[in-house]
Amino acid sequence: MPGVTYLRPRDLSDAVRLYAERPDCRPVAGGTDVMVMLHAGAIRPAPGALLDLWHLGELKGIRRVDGALEIGAAEPYTGIIRSALVQQHLPALVEASRTIGAAQIQNRGTLGGNLANASPAGDTLPVLLAADAIVRTDRRTIPIAEFFTGYRRTALGAGELIVAVRFPLDGRVLRFRKVGTRAAQAISKVVLAVSREPARVAVGSVAEVPLRARGAEAALARGDVAGAVAAVVADIRPIDDVRSTAAYRRAVTQNVLARLLEGGP
Amino acid sequence: MTVRFTLNGSPLTVDVPGSSRLLDVLREDLHLTGTKEGCGEGECGACSVLIDGEVVNSCLVAAGQVEGREVLTIEGLAQGGELSPLQRAFIERGAAQCGICTPGMLLAAHALLQGNPRPSADEVRVALAGNLCRCTGYTKIIDAVLACRA
Amino acid sequence: MRFPRPTGRILLQYYRTMSCSSDTAVGRSIPRRDGVEKVTGRARYTDDLVVPGAWYGRTIRSTVACGTIRAITLDPAFDWSRVVVVSADDIAMGGGENVVQLIRDDQPALAQRAIRHQEEPILLLAAADKTTLETAAGHVHIMYDPAEPVLDLGRATETYTTIEIVKGDVAAARRQADVVVERTFRVGLQEQLYIEPQGAIAYPYRETSNGKREAGVTVIGSLQCPYYVHRALKRALALSDEQAVVIQAETGGGFGGKEEYPSLVAIHAALLARKAGRPVRLVYDRHEDLAATTKRHPGVITHRTAVRRDGTLLAQDIEIVLDGGAYCTLTPVVLSRAAIHAAGPYSCPNVRIRARALATNTPPNGAFRGFGAPQSLFAAELMVEHVAERLGVPSVELRRKWLLRVGDTTATGQKLSESVSAEQVLDAALRGAPPVRPSARPTVRRGRGLSLVFHGSGFTGSGEKKLSGRVAVEFTAAGEYRILSASTEIGQGTKTIFCQIAAEALGVSLERVTLAPQDTSLVPDSGPTVASRTAMIVGGLIRDAALELRTRLARERAPLRVEKTYIQADTIHWDDQTYRGDAYPVYAWACTIVDLEVDTDTGEVRVTDLVTAVDCGKAIHPVMAEGQIEGGNLQAVGWATIEEIKMKDGRYVNDRLATYLIPTALDAPRIRTILVENPYSRGPFGAKGIGELPMDGAAPAVIAAIHDATGVWLDEVPATAEKVLEALHGKRETGNGMRR
Repeated sequence: MPGVTYLRPRDLSDAVRLYAERPDCRPVAGGTDVMVMLHAGAIRPAPGALLDLWHLGELKGIRRVDGALEIGAAEPYTGIIRSALVQQHLPALVEASRTIGAAQIQNRGTLGGNLANASPAGDTLPVLLAADAIVRTDRRTIPIAEFFTGYRRTALGAGELIVAVRFPLDGRVLRFRKVGTRAAQAISKVVLAVSREPARVAVGSVAEVPLRARGAEAALARGDVAGAVAAVVADIRPIDDVRSTAAYRRAVTQNVLARLLEGGP
Repeated sequence: MTVRFTLNGSPLTVDVPGSSRLLDVLREDLHLTGTKEGCGEGECGACSVLIDGEVVNSCLVAAGQVEGREVLTIEGLAQGGELSPLQRAFIERGAAQCGICTPGMLLAAHALLQGNPRPSADEVRVALAGNLCRCTGYTKIIDAVLACRA
Repeated sequence: MRFPRPTGRILLQYYRTMSCSSDTAVGRSIPRRDGVEKVTGRARYTDDLVVPGAWYGRTIRSTVACGTIRAITLDPAFDWSRVVVVSADDIAMGGGENVVQLIRDDQPALAQRAIRHQEEPILLLAAADKTTLETAAGHVHIMYDPAEPVLDLGRATETYTTIEIVKGDVAAARRQADVVVERTFRVGLQEQLYIEPQGAIAYPYRETSNGKREAGVTVIGSLQCPYYVHRALKRALALSDEQAVVIQAETGGGFGGKEEYPSLVAIHAALLARKAGRPVRLVYDRHEDLAATTKRHPGVITHRTAVRRDGTLLAQDIEIVLDGGAYCTLTPVVLSRAAIHAAGPYSCPNVRIRARALATNTPPNGAFRGFGAPQSLFAAELMVEHVAERLGVPSVELRRKWLLRVGDTTATGQKLSESVSAEQVLDAALRGAPPVRPSARPTVRRGRGLSLVFHGSGFTGSGEKKLSGRVAVEFTAAGEYRILSASTEIGQGTKTIFCQIAAEALGVSLERVTLAPQDTSLVPDSGPTVASRTAMIVGGLIRDAALELRTRLARERAPLRVEKTYIQADTIHWDDQTYRGDAYPVYAWACTIVDLEVDTDTGEVRVTDLVTAVDCGKAIHPVMAEGQIEGGNLQAVGWATIEEIKMKDGRYVNDRLATYLIPTALDAPRIRTILVENPYSRGPFGAKGIGELPMDGAAPAVIAAIHDATGVWLDEVPATAEKVLEALHGKRETGNGMRR
C-alpha cells in the first residue's frame, strides 16, 4: 500500500523497539488478515506502517518446554500440520489447522495472527481455549481465558507482541469440529473444541468472542453430558449474519457438542 | 524500498513500497500478468505463486516479505521453452477452459507434486481447494494432476 | 501504436506436434487452440493489457434501492482538475441516448434522476492513478430522496412480460383425473461468478487497418457478445457502424454474466475515454462485480398435475413468476425459455403454462447459463417426484411412462421428429450409476436423486431467423483457411471446435485453419455467444461456408471468401403471438443421478457422486463437451446447496468471495459423464448445443436425493444447511405460499 511504510526488524528485540517507536504500526506475519483489511481500507485508523514479523526466527518453530508444547507465534499452520510433536500431543490443533482456508492460507496463517486478529470465528481459538493455552508475549504470559476482552479486542497492551503459544501437556483429550458452508476456504458458522477431563467446552462464531461455555463446563464437570448440552445454549450469544442464523448456530452447537461428548465422530 | 529476491530462477532487484502487494509488483511493475487477481482477499487462489516452494496468495504478501526468497510464477513454470508435464497434461486433458484460474491452479498442483510426487485423488482435492474454478467442475483438473504422478 | 489484440493464431511448435493431421478432425479431443497461452500465463485478459497513458476509471453508484437523486456535490475542497467526471448529461451532450440497448429502452447508462436499485451507476470518474481516483471518489456526495423499494415478489406490481402456452384443455382433463397434486417451488438468486471480473478498456478513437487513428471509439473487453456491445456503444455515444469497434480480450468465463452486462461497462469506459481524450481502463474488483452485476432470476413456480391412478399424465397446469429486478434486461427472453421448458421432457396432452416476470428494486437480473430453464425444470422434475410419491410408484417408472419420444408433441405443439433421447439418457445414466452405498455413520444419511431434462438448442422460436447470423470462411493468398465469426471463446472451446468443423468440411489438416480475432471491424455478426447456439447454429454456418469454399476452390483461385447467413429451414414453424410451434430446432437431453450425504447434526449436504448421461448429438470435441457438462453440473450443485444470496435493503449482503461461496475441489463430487450421441441431421456433423443443458438437471436431483436420505422435501434451492436442519427438525413447512 502506498503511504504505509514497511518495517523489517532484524530480530524480536528490534521489532519490540520499532513497535514502541511507532505505535501507529501494525504487526503482520502471514498477512492473511492484515493484507486483506489493508487493501480494503478496513483498518481504522489506517496504520502508518507494517511491522513484518514473518521472517523472525524467534517467532518460528515448535518445541517442548517444561512439560508444555510451545509453538512460535509466526509458525504457519502448515508447520503445525506437519509437526510430529503436534500430531502426537495435540491432534485437535492439527485438525483445526487443516480446516483453515486451504493450502495458500495454511502456508501463511499463524497462531499469533489468529490471536491478534481475535475474530470470534478464528478456527484454532476454541482449541486454545479448551487446552488452557498460555499466550507468551515479549513481556509476560497471558492465560488464554483472559485473552479475549471484546469483539476483536485482546488483552495485549500497547506495543506488545505475541511471541509464542504454550500448550500444557497434561494428557487431556481434545475433540474438535468446525461447521462451515463448504469443505475448504470457509469461515466457521460454529466451531467447537471440547475436553471431558478437565471439563472444557470452547465455542467460536457464537458470540462476540470465542468463549468458554461455563455453564456447559459445570454440568460436564459433574459428569452430566445431557446437562452440558442443555446448558450450552445459555452460554452462547449467536446472531443472524451473512453466514448463518442464530437459530442454526444454537441447534448445531448443541448437536455437535452432544456428538463430540459421546466420542464421535 | 529495495527488495532483492529470485524470480523464476533469476536474481532480481526492485524498488517498490515494501507494503505493496506482491501481486501488484508482479503485474504492474514487472508486467508479469500471468498471475491473476480474482478477489483480492485470499479466497480464489487466482493470484497463487510459490515462495520458497510453498503456494501462497500473492495478494496477501507484502512485497518486502519476499526479500531473499525464491518466487516462482506461472511465467517460470515452462523451463527452456518446454512446457512442464503438468502444463501439457492441463492442455491434453481439458483442465483449462477459460484459463483465468489456470496459472494459480498449475502452481498449486506443482507445489503438491514437488512435496508429494504420488498424491491420491483426495490429496489432490485438498491441495487444490484454495483455487476456485467455475468452468471445469474440477474433474479434468484432478485427472490432469493425477496423470503427472511420478 | 497497435491495439493489443488477443492473437488469433497460436500454432506453436507444441500444437503442431500434437495435432498431427489425420483423416478426421471432428470427434477428436485435440489440444485446445488457446491451451498453450493459457497454461503459460501468456493469454492476455482485459486487465493484463498494458496500455500506456491509460487512466483508471471508476463507477459511483447509488446507495439506496429506490428514490430520486436530490443533489450531486463534488466537494470543492478537492482538486478536481486531475479527474474526469462523467454524468448522464455528458451522454446527451455527446449526442447519444442515455440507454443500454437491449430489449426495452428502460435502463439508463447513468441514472439521471430516478434510482431503481442499489449500486445503480450515477457518475463516472477517471484519473491517472488509482490513489487520486479513490480519493476523488471519497469527495463525491450524493443526496437522495429515498422511496419505499419493492423487494418482495409478492408485493411487485409492475409486469415486464407475460406468456401463456396452452395445449389441449387443462380444465376438462382435470375433471377426469383421479389425483391432482399441487406444489409450489422456489429458486434463488445465483451469481455467475466467472473468476475474471467484468472489465473493459476504451480508446477515444479507432484505428484503420493501416494504423491511422480516426474518429470513433474502440473498446477491448471481457465479453461474450461483441455485437451487443457494438450496438450499445453506437446508441449511447452516437457512433456509426464503422466508428464503434469492439474487440474481445481473452475472457475469463461468462456463463451469461458477460452477455448483456459488458454493454454497460463498455459504454462507461467509452464515455470516460471520450471525455478524458485518452484510453481509460474500467476493471471491476470482485466486490463491485458481486454487488452490482446481474444474477440468475429467482422465482416461484407452482404446478398442478392431474393423473390417473395408473400414472397416466392428463394435465399440467403451471404458473411461473420470475423476479426481473429493476430493469428489463433480457427478462422476457429468460421467461420465454423458462415457460417453454416448464412442462419438462414429458408428453402431456393438456398443458397450460402461465408465466410472468415482475419488476422489483433489486439490481437487474439477467442472463445466466440455462436462461430460465433451470428454474422451471427444477419445478418440473420435483413435480414428477411428488406425483410418484402420491401414487406410490418409483419416480423412474413414472418418467419412463411420461417421457417424450419421437412423434410426441411438446407443450408448444412441436412434433419431435428426430434426435429425441430422453429414454436413451435415462437408461444410460441408470446403467452408469455407482452401486448405492449405505452410510457408515449414524449421523450421516445417504440418498440418491435422479432428474431428466431437455434443453432447446439455439435461440427460441423465430430468434435465429430474425438474427440471421453471418459467418465467413476464406482462403487467403498465403494459403491459409480462416474462419471469421463474432462468436467468442469464453472457455467452452469455440476456437477449437470451429477449426475442427472447418477442417473437417474442407478436408484439410487442422493446422491450416485459423480463426480471425473477435473484432467487429473484421468479422461479421454471427450473433451472440449464448443460448447453446455456438456449436450448432454458428458451427453449422461454418460447415456450410467451408463446404462451399471447398467446392469453389476446385475451380477458383485464392484469395476466396465465402459468407453464409442463417436461413431458417422451411420445416421449422413458430408463431410468436400464440407461442405455438417449433420452439427450438432440436433439443439436447440429459439424465443426472446424484448421490449425497446429509449430516443430521448440522444439515450439511455433501454431494459425493454425480453421473450424467447427455445427448448432445455429436461431440465435436469429446473432452471439451465433458468439460462443459462437468462444469455446468457443479455450478448447478452449487446453486442447489451453498450459493445463497441474502439481501438487506435491496443490497446483496454476500458481496465478497468470503461470503458468496462456490464449491471448491473438496466440495465437488466425483463426476462421471456418459456421452450419448444421437445426431441431429441439420447440426454440423450431428451436433446440438451443450452449453446450458448441464445447468438444468443437478438441482432437482439434489433435492430428490435429500428427500431420499432424510424423508423431508425442501422444494427450494439453495437447500442450505440451515434450511435442511430446520426441515429435519420439522419446524418448517415447505412448498406453500409466496415467501422469499
